[in-house]
Amino acid sequence: MALNYTKKTLNNFLKPKNVGSIKKPDGYAQIGNMVCGDQLDFFLKVEKGKIKDVKFLSFGCASNIATASILTEKVKGLTIEEAKKYNWQQVVDELGGLPQQKVHCSVMAVQGLKKAIDDYEKRQGEKKPGVKKIKKVTKIPAKKVAKKITKKR
Amino acid sequence: MQVYLDNAATTRLDPRVLAKMKPYLTAKYANASSIHKPGQDAYLDLVKAKKTVARLLNGDPDNVIFTSSATEANNFIIKGVARANRSDRKNKIIISALEHPCVRESAHELIAEGFRVEVIPAGSDGLITPAALSKIIDAETILVSVMAVNNEIGTIQDIKALAALAHKYGAYFHTDAVQAVPYLDLNIKKLDIDFLSLSGHKFYGPKGVGVAYIDRRQKVRPLIVGGGQEDGYRSGTYNLPGIMGLAFALELAYKERKTYLKKVKALRDYLLSKIKKEIPEIRVNGSLARRVPANLNVMFGYVEGEAILIDLSQKGIYVSTGSACSATNLKASYVLSAIGLEKHFLNSNIRFSLGRFNTKAEIDYTVKCLAQTIKRLRSFSPVEKI
Repeated sequence: MALNYTKKTLNNFLKPKNVGSIKKPDGYAQIGNMVCGDQLDFFLKVEKGKIKDVKFLSFGCASNIATASILTEKVKGLTIEEAKKYNWQQVVDELGGLPQQKVHCSVMAVQGLKKAIDDYEKRQGEKKPGVKKIKKVTKIPAKKVAKKITKKR
Repeated sequence: MQVYLDNAATTRLDPRVLAKMKPYLTAKYANASSIHKPGQDAYLDLVKAKKTVARLLNGDPDNVIFTSSATEANNFIIKGVARANRSDRKNKIIISALEHPCVRESAHELIAEGFRVEVIPAGSDGLITPAALSKIIDAETILVSVMAVNNEIGTIQDIKALAALAHKYGAYFHTDAVQAVPYLDLNIKKLDIDFLSLSGHKFYGPKGVGVAYIDRRQKVRPLIVGGGQEDGYRSGTYNLPGIMGLAFALELAYKERKTYLKKVKALRDYLLSKIKKEIPEIRVNGSLARRVPANLNVMFGYVEGEAILIDLSQKGIYVSTGSACSATNLKASYVLSAIGLEKHFLNSNIRFSLGRFNTKAEIDYTVKCLAQTIKRLRSFSPVEKI
């Protein structure tokens, strides 16, 4: 199998940026690949609609770690809307290319980040007063879930 | 420092073997099928090589067929024996769950031709027992194929007992012995096996040459037809440099066997004891006792095998992994699946295969780097400790 990682991919694997977790994140998501068994966890801190901080945990191959590293580096400081538009092709280009069988890693990383943004937006919707009174009921379990997640880390 | 711990993938050519091969790449270039003097000289050398291989296997020189690889030898034997011996009463091939892809794929091709193929399951220790074979073998079986030593976990099968059981049902027995040199005494007569495959580059010989040991009294259909070399069993110009190299490498392997086995076992045991000491939450895959002394296959919990491999490779340490991320088809090792490794551990494995040129200092360096690698990757692993 041809597996020539670019220097940039290797650097992002050997010295990944933004690894770790965030206590009390504004958004969190876990994503796994059923086929290859890889897993990524994303943590978001959002301020004034911008991604103030983003971190990740990885059980995955070199390109899984490298794509998450470069993606988190690129979306940090972007608005939520801008971050949502960041796609896997940009991740691949930013790394100077990925071996063909590793392109799915970039897709998974982007999906994981979007899932974390979804989680953030869901929590925001729940926080807004008067949006829908019935949503208040879900406010408590949502917080509990967030607490449980941070506790485990 | 560069540490090559992937000797089950291939080995470095022994300089003495290269010296043996060189004349056949230069001055002695004649075609061994030519009937002029240099051609016949080459033919006599070919016969010598066959005698050497036969002597080391305690077999018959006429039964030694040279191929381009063990993959070809396995394709030739599995398909050739099945196709030549098919009848209304016999239509079944049995392989083990641990076989190399070239055996598995050969068997799968036969399914398309209407053969029945059944697989002997492996135990969690990586062993194929006669008891497991006895559950699926019957009088319809043409051929049973079980590898002597597994390439991933190094487990050694009881070839003699399995062959005896196959013969009891009137079936032939083949063993892919690619990983068995020089660890096992491959005595064809004593083990009473009908067919065997070897590959030169696994024992410090050249790449591109293999052996299909066949029993000429039995019917085998050729895979490659053409000029009728090897008495029609395998056409194609004799690869004299490769053949001479393989025969000499095999001779050296068994001649120096005792010291080699002792050395490699001491290093492997040292590697394992150091890993156990330096790295928590590891597990050895497959039976440690029933395995060749050059192999160590270890599961490192909560980290992914390809990441370990690439990290080590950057430090000059070269190993192998059965993780899904290292495979083109993104499937985890079928061997580790077959021995029942839990799903969450399937992608966390590294194979260390030691060889003649490794040193204690290399092992020290390897474990030092490995401990750093595992610690680093675990520091950001999301996998819950179990």
